[in-house]
Amino acid sequence: MLGFPNWKVWTILATLVLGVIFAIPNFVPASTLRSMPSFVPTGTLNLGLDLRGGSYMMLEAATDDVRKQKLDSLEETARTELAGADGGPVKYRDLGISGNAVSLTVTDPTTLDRAVETLRKVTRPVGNLTGQRDVEIAVVDGNRVTMTPTDAGITSATNSAMEQEVEVIRRRIDELGTREPTIVRQGDNRVVVQVPGLQDPSALKALIGKTAKLEFKLVDTEADPAEVAAGHAPAGSQILPFADQPGTVAVKRRAMITGDQLVDSQVGQDDNGSPAVTFRFDATGGRRFAKATQENVGKPFAIILDNKVISAPRINGAILGGSGIITGNYTTASANQFAILLRSGKLPVELKIVEERTVGPDLGADSIRAGSLAAGTAVIAVALLMIVTYGRFGVYSVIALVLNMILIIGVMSVVGATLTLPGIAGLVLTIGAAVDANVLINERIREEQRKGRGVIASVEVGFRDATRTIWDANSLNIIVAIIMFLFGSGPIKGFAVVLSIGIATSVFTAVTVVRLMVSRWLTSARPKALAI
Amino acid sequence: MPLKIVPDNTNIGFVKLRYLAFALTLLLTLGSIGLLATRGLNLGVDFVGGLTMEVAFPSPPPLDRLRGEVGSLGVGDVSLQEFGNARTILIRLPLPPGDQAAVQRVVAKVQADLKGKYGNVSFRRTESVSGKVSQELIRKGALAVLLSMAAVALFTWFRFEWHFGVSTVVALVHDVTVTLGFFALTHLEFDLNVVAAILTIIGYSLNDKVVIDDRIRENLRKYRQMDIGPIIDLSVNETLPRTVMTSLAMITALTAMLLLGPDVIFGFTAAMLLGIVVGTYSSIFVSSSLLIALGVKPKIEPLAKKTGPSINVERARR
Repeated sequence: MLGFPNWKVWTILATLVLGVIFAIPNFVPASTLRSMPSFVPTGTLNLGLDLRGGSYMMLEAATDDVRKQKLDSLEETARTELAGADGGPVKYRDLGISGNAVSLTVTDPTTLDRAVETLRKVTRPVGNLTGQRDVEIAVVDGNRVTMTPTDAGITSATNSAMEQEVEVIRRRIDELGTREPTIVRQGDNRVVVQVPGLQDPSALKALIGKTAKLEFKLVDTEADPAEVAAGHAPAGSQILPFADQPGTVAVKRRAMITGDQLVDSQVGQDDNGSPAVTFRFDATGGRRFAKATQENVGKPFAIILDNKVISAPRINGAILGGSGIITGNYTTASANQFAILLRSGKLPVELKIVEERTVGPDLGADSIRAGSLAAGTAVIAVALLMIVTYGRFGVYSVIALVLNMILIIGVMSVVGATLTLPGIAGLVLTIGAAVDANVLINERIREEQRKGRGVIASVEVGFRDATRTIWDANSLNIIVAIIMFLFGSGPIKGFAVVLSIGIATSVFTAVTVVRLMVSRWLTSARPKALAI
Repeated sequence: MPLKIVPDNTNIGFVKLRYLAFALTLLLTLGSIGLLATRGLNLGVDFVGGLTMEVAFPSPPPLDRLRGEVGSLGVGDVSLQEFGNARTILIRLPLPPGDQAAVQRVVAKVQADLKGKYGNVSFRRTESVSGKVSQELIRKGALAVLLSMAAVALFTWFRFEWHFGVSTVVALVHDVTVTLGFFALTHLEFDLNVVAAILTIIGYSLNDKVVIDDRIRENLRKYRQMDIGPIIDLSVNETLPRTVMTSLAMITALTAMLLLGPDVIFGFTAAMLLGIVVGTYSSIFVSSSLLIALGVKPKIEPLAKKTGPSINVERARR
């Protein structure tokens, strides 16, 4: 038990040295770290938002919207596909959405097979093993065709929508120039955004909360103004409010063009020198835009953002070159925000903030100060208690305790774990756990001594018997820590991370390292009695 | 010579005290349940949803006036609470109906009002949690606590015997209930941090019990002639220095945290400190003595049968 082969000693020492090396960057100013050559480890502990200040936001996507959008696009697809079907257009009636399906009735029963064939072509396989497709096509009542999105299809659509959401949010936050935001998807339909150092999240929220769906639609000039004011839209039209003035306007449901093909948007100036927003389409978008404007010269059209009409200018002539300008009552700031939204792309589905936490920098600083003071005091108080109670063996456990702290910091730096306020409390608790291992060992040694065993035998039996108990107790604690990590949220997770790392390192330092120190002392000093 | 906090070779008759301990445990548990039922927990926004702002004022504000002022802004029921010191106030508001923009408006309104009236106020922390998320947090928190208990029961069952699993879980339920009762009594805010504390208490209390259980098992094998009562007494006494020493170390560390640590985790530390005390009590007096009631017997022990059911045997060890 007390014999240590050389390789073991070296492994233990190497582990400790590595721990120290990885922990050091945390105590060196950031400017020094940057000037270090690349082989020097520079990873530091991430401080949680509760310690450094910043904003945390959890956003939830309305997944129902995914289904709705899927149905809308299915309806549109059915219309275009059947019109351009192989062997001539298929005639149909009653095309529409009912419940969870798009359905239509084929007018000529002999074209039914052709209709089904055409529609089936646009479905895609999802989950490549099962052979399931994203849309199920069925024939009911002889000549009625239904297209129902499958659950797997909705799941895969939601998945890709969420991936896109994260991407769009990242682009928008990057535009704000904030440092190191973390944007991660959580669960099926959530995104967690964390921006350290951000004190006033209102600008961020204004950016994240907007879908930024840009559409150009023709104004329905034939609509009866009285009917429009009463909220009744003619068939094929819809009534939309203005963004920054009272009143509504009727526009055609079908968009001339949407913002999907925008490649750039910047702040510009209108003819009067007021701030405005410029935009540019890609090549295909530009051609479509030119064609659409050419066909509708002289008619007013509406520029619509998130179902609100920004302006409704008249098309004076074909707009060639694929770029244009949107004017309105903009300040430079609001024009800039609008431009950011346009160039970062639209969110596939709307996001709502369901949880938000903002910590000011002074509270964070206070927490760090109070936390380190408390942790430091705790270490010193426990160290005194251990030394007074166990003498030399107490000193060994205190050395182990300090090494343990360094190792925890080192491991957390290497894996990039985040230290939160509950994490600091976890650190304090780890002190307890580490001390407990040494207490167990020392008390066992005392017991064996009382039974009249010699020095070496007492120490050997003490370590052997206590180690079994320490393993039992710590494996249980690891189980609890893992459960905390898996099922806990926020602070509980931060706590569990420190606790699990701490349990592992404390067994190593409190048992292995202390045993090494004790065995060295026993072999060199050969004490006749143990003062323990 | 190093100090000995617990003298050598104690021989305290813990088992003898067990009916007293059971009665006290029952009383504490029922009392806590009563408190939970009547006073309830002061659930934080984490669990009920809502809006919290931690605001530091230049000097202690008059709470009644502040309540009136914030209340007159038309932002719903206001609840105020001193946080750590008299200058720092926690303002709790219900979530306004509507979307996040509404929350933002409420926050801006309150901030502007307080800045206008009190000058240099600093808004240290703002949290808003929607009802949906708070319910999930409750569910996840409860799930974590229950799963840890179940895992503990399974582990102790496999590692020892089912008696140990049952006695440990009974004692843990007691520890957790009493901690909850403490929060009902003091009306300290019950938030996610406190759930983390409860999980830790489970872990710690467990540690204590496993150490004693370990010793009981060892002694059961060692002294096959001895009755279960004396064996438990012997084991608890043998491990007493360790139990006391470790608890003392923990209490020392946590007291430092409680007195010097940040206010935000005051509830967390308080819960943990109480949990350690309660857990130590239940390890010494409850869980091990409960083994007798559950009828744990030394393995391969013909003599035990002759002396009748071990629950009736309470002879002194010597």
